[in-house]
Order: sequence, then C-alpha cells, then structure tokens
Amino acid sequence: MTKRVLKEFKIEYLQVLDENGNCDEALMPKLSNDEIKKIYEMLVLIRVFDQKAFNMQRQGRLGTYIQFKGQEACQVGSAFALKDDDFIFPMYRNSGLLIARKHPIVQVLQYWSGDERGLKSPQNVNNFPISIPVGTQEVHAVGAAWAAKLRGTKQVAATYFGEGATSKGDFHEAMNFAGVFNVPVIFVCENNQYAISVPRKEQTHSETIAQKAIAYGFEGIQVDGIDVFAVYKAMADAVEKGRSGKGPTLIECFTYRMCDHSTSDDASKYRPKEEVEMWVKKDPIERLEKYMRKKGLLDDLYKESIASRSKDIVEKAVTEFEKMPAPDPKDIFKYVFAEMTNQQKEEMEELFDNQ
Amino acid sequence: MVVANIVQAVTMGLRQELARDKNVIVLGEDVGLNGGVFRATDGLYKEFGPNRIIDTPLAELGIVGVSIGLAVNGMKPVAEIQFSGFLYSTFDQLLSHAGRIRMRSRGRFTCPLVVRAPYGGGIKALELHCESGESIFSHVPGLKMVIPSNPYDTKGLLAAAIRDPDPVIFYEPMRIYRAIKQDIPEEEYFVPIGKANIVQEGDDLTLIAWGAMVKTCQEAIEKLNSKYSVELIDLRTINPYDAEAVISSVKKTGRCVIAHEAIRTCGFAAELIASINEKALLSLHAPVVRVTSPDVPFPMAKLENYFLPDVNRVLKGMEKVMSF
Repeated sequence: MTKRVLKEFKIEYLQVLDENGNCDEALMPKLSNDEIKKIYEMLVLIRVFDQKAFNMQRQGRLGTYIQFKGQEACQVGSAFALKDDDFIFPMYRNSGLLIARKHPIVQVLQYWSGDERGLKSPQNVNNFPISIPVGTQEVHAVGAAWAAKLRGTKQVAATYFGEGATSKGDFHEAMNFAGVFNVPVIFVCENNQYAISVPRKEQTHSETIAQKAIAYGFEGIQVDGIDVFAVYKAMADAVEKGRSGKGPTLIECFTYRMCDHSTSDDASKYRPKEEVEMWVKKDPIERLEKYMRKKGLLDDLYKESIASRSKDIVEKAVTEFEKMPAPDPKDIFKYVFAEMTNQQKEEMEELFDNQ
Repeated sequence: MVVANIVQAVTMGLRQELARDKNVIVLGEDVGLNGGVFRATDGLYKEFGPNRIIDTPLAELGIVGVSIGLAVNGMKPVAEIQFSGFLYSTFDQLLSHAGRIRMRSRGRFTCPLVVRAPYGGGIKALELHCESGESIFSHVPGLKMVIPSNPYDTKGLLAAAIRDPDPVIFYEPMRIYRAIKQDIPEEEYFVPIGKANIVQEGDDLTLIAWGAMVKTCQEAIEKLNSKYSVELIDLRTINPYDAEAVISSVKKTGRCVIAHEAIRTCGFAAELIASINEKALLSLHAPVVRVTSPDVPFPMAKLENYFLPDVNRVLKGMEKVMSF
C-alpha cells in the first residue's frame, strides 16, 4: 500500500504595473511607445463612450445599456494582442472590446438602441455578435478555434465572460472540449467580483477562477485586470501559444465593476461604499497615466488633447447614429434563412400589405 | 443501384458528402472507431480518419455548441446525438444561437450545421430514448426540421441538409432504421428540403404522416383493401413544410387525417390543420382528424403500444373522417 502525491499544481499571478504606475521592467511586454499611446488612447475612448452611452440611456436616447467601467484594461489589453481575423465571442459587457476591435461606434450605439444592424461585424474582422444568455458563447469559441486548427488558418478565438458564467455547465463543456482537442482558444474571464449582486465567493468555492483550467489539462493564469500591461502580456503569450499549436489558456482578469450591473440596476443596494471606493482608486487609466508620465509619454497637454479628441469621436458617432435611417422592417424576414420560406413570404405580405 | 436500409442510407449520404467536401466533418459520441451506436457511421473512421470522424466527450450541449463555432468558421459539421431525447440539453444552443446567427449578424456569419438524431418509439427502448420533438424544434425560427421515412429520401435529404446554408435538425426514424430496404443510387442525388412526397394518389381522403408513421399509414391503407381511395402524403420536411402539397390535396379530397407519434397538443398536426382552415376550409366535408399519441409522457416499454398510434388507430381515424 502506498500513499503519495500524484501531482501538484500552482497558479501564477501577474501584475506588471502596480497601483502607483511603477513597472516591473522584467515582466514588461514588448510594446513601443506608439503602441503604449495607442492603448492609452483606446482606454480613454471607450471610457468616454461608456459614460456617453450611460447618459444617453438616462435621457431616453438608448435602451438598456450594459456599462463596463473599471474593466477597460481587460478589454483593450486583450484586444491589442489579437489580429483582425482572429475571432472574439464576446458577452454583453464588451462594448469596449468591440470598439477596440474596430467595431464602428455608431454600430455599438445602434445595437443598444435595439437595432440588430449594430451587430454586423466589419468585413475582415471577426467579431461574433455578443451573447445575451450568460456563458453560452464559450463553446462557440472552442468550435471556431477548432475549425482554425482543422483548416490551418492560424487564427485563434477568444471568448469573454464573467466569473458568474463559470458556474454554468456550458463553461465546463467548453473547457473540456478545448482541452481534449487542444484548440487555439483563449478563455478571458473578466472576474469583476459580482454577478449582478452575488459576490464571487458565493459563486464558487475555488480560490481562483484561473485554477479551474488545471482540471481540464491546460494553463490558467490570474492577472491584475486593472493593469493593461499584465492583461496584454498574458493575452499575447496565450495567443502565441495557441498559434503555435500548444492549445488553450484561461486568463482570469481580476478586476472590478466600477458601475452598476446595467442601467436598470442600483449596485449601492448590495456593495459597501468603502469597497467601491477602494477599487475605484485602482483605476486602470489613471494607473497607466502615472506610468506614462514617468516615462515622458504623457503630459497635461497630451492628456487633454486625447480627452477632447475622444469626446469628438464619440459625439460625431452619436450624431451619425441619430441620423441613421430606421432599419427596413422587411429585414426581419430577410436574414432568418439564406432563402425565405413560403410561409415567411406569406407572413411578410400579410404584415406589410395590410398597413 | 445498391440495396440499402435507412441506417445504411445515412452512411452513404455521409460518405458522399465527406468525399465531396473536405470541410464536412462528423462528430459525436462513439461515432469513430465504434461506428455509432446504431452503426450509422460504420466504416467512415477507417475511410476518412480521426480528423474527419471525431469521437467527442460525452456532452451533448458541448457537441452542438462547439459545432456552431465550427460552422461559423468555415466547417460543415454533422453532429450525431445518440437519441433525440438527449437533444434537450442542446436546446439553448439551437434556439438562442444556431437559429439566430444569420439574423443577428445580418448575414455576416452563418451556421450551416446538421444535427442528426434517431427519434421515435416502438422499439422498447429506455426512458427518454423514444421522443418525437419535431414540433419543439419547428417552433424555433431559423432551424429547419427534416424527417425521412425511407432509404432513398434519407440519403437525398441528408445530402441536401449538409449542403444547406442554414442549421438543420435531421430526425431519423429509429423504429424503421432497418425495416425498409430499397434500391438507391450510389451516385449523387438530392431530395429537396421543403418538398413533400405524394406517396400514392387518391380521391377520397388525404392521409398525412412523416418518419416512421408513413410505414404505419401504408399498412393501414393496405388493410383498407381499397375501401377508400387514399392520397398519402409524406411531409418529409416539418419546417419549412410543403403547404402547397397539403392544401391542393385537401382541396381535391375534402377529407384529411394527420397521423404523428408526437403528443397531440401543439403537435405539428395542429399547424397543418390551421393551414388547411386558412386555405381550404370550404373544401372540407369533415373536420380534420388527428391520430396522435395522448398528452402524457412517453411511457416505458410495457405500455408504449397503448401510447403510440398504430395501424388500427389510423384505420379508425380514416373511418371517422369518412363517416362524418
């Protein structure tokens, strides 16, 4: 008889920039000054967008909107490590990710105003429509990544979800298939500590989300999700790994939802004020600014010019959005099947000829 | 020509499409070396290898969900679910995603996916191995629902389903998997989705069925011994169904019986009757009669014969519509 340790595991945590903007140069990913500026500019742009979209909802100019404030670094950092023809399978909290992935802002606004034309991915960019049912999109990313492997396209697929989604069976099935078929997929968990009102601790008894990957036979890593360099580095490593045939990765971005769950939610009912204040201080954009200032990449003039340029870009998109003609009501029939069925043709005629 | 039963016709259809298009893959539980629990993929693993005929983990949601991703990125997955009763855990994927991808992406992404599953009762199988859920899937916009009733149609409809640019649920009649043999062409042919088959023409009444019930109806007609002239329609595709074939037949005969294994309430007969009421009401000499299973869960083997419509119940249905 014998009793021995069969296997031991460890989970790594990665932070490149600390809360004061100090950088661990040994861990710093290769990014040119121009690239760092681009990342910064995108972070600012999507925050301006997020606030504008929230305001527009309050003014009745948009429908329900899902904010992402606090999670900008997760979305921009990971997007910068992907190529256009890589696939993303996003969740509803990923408007920032879409914008960072060349989705026109006007279309993002269209979507949140109740117009499906907003979901149409630009040509040559593979942005799959965001998933509304929680965690149902992870399996699609596994399939798309598998197709890339079978067809030899060198694409990777990334799927985005919150920590709440990891409680669903879909997550298990996706992770299991990814491991078994060793496909180039990256699971990006934006662990923002709350699934609407339910805190992370009540979602899973695991100490980290990252460690769940171990059970499926591949690597999981937890990164500081408010540190855009850490997210970028983990993502770039995972993308490289996927492209070279070494399989999937789970990246847990440890972050915080610095806003309500949605425009219909009031998070002050379930989150202590002190907790929110503690996290807000860690702000991803301010942290990067501190670093860039030290490096001589940012001064007040540049900061103001980027703030004002972002505002202009968003305002221009809003103007364009509000001028967009309403969608053609016949579109609802046009895109169900490649060809309309006889039944649909009759229904369409009935619907429109009686008006 | 080669003599084949329905299972062999499935294999032939798959083989034809696998050979034609390298992006066609078959995936599911035990479909590889084992050749499928009903042998529908027998020999394909040897012929096309493990990258085309793929054994998956035992997870139906995963099989269908991953197949959606495969389809979106250029593959033509043909997923096998071992029994249609196990399809229900994939319903979220089919309803929330497969049927909506073309619409939600305004045509930028599509989902050319086929999900095959044996369906129906009558073989004394275990619980939830006997389901007829065609109405459930036909109530999902963006999904097509196909059910062949014989080997010729099986091969032709499966080939059409695999080449269809949209997701297709392909129900295979388990009870008659091996009960019917037919000469079918080895070369390529199609049976178009959405077209019913007039199995036999007649003037007194229209009898509509699909899948395994077509054979039951044929047996009932034989038993009638030419008492009535029956027009038998094999619907072949539930969604989109061939309304024209149904309506023109009912206009001719004025009487109609619809037989299906699925339970009565919200069964597909209800949809057909609504369509007949809309377009052929004044041609009717009698209310349309439904021969269906009752609104109860499919009972276990010892009582399944009471549940499933059989030849006698179809005969009774025909007498009822004729004697009105």
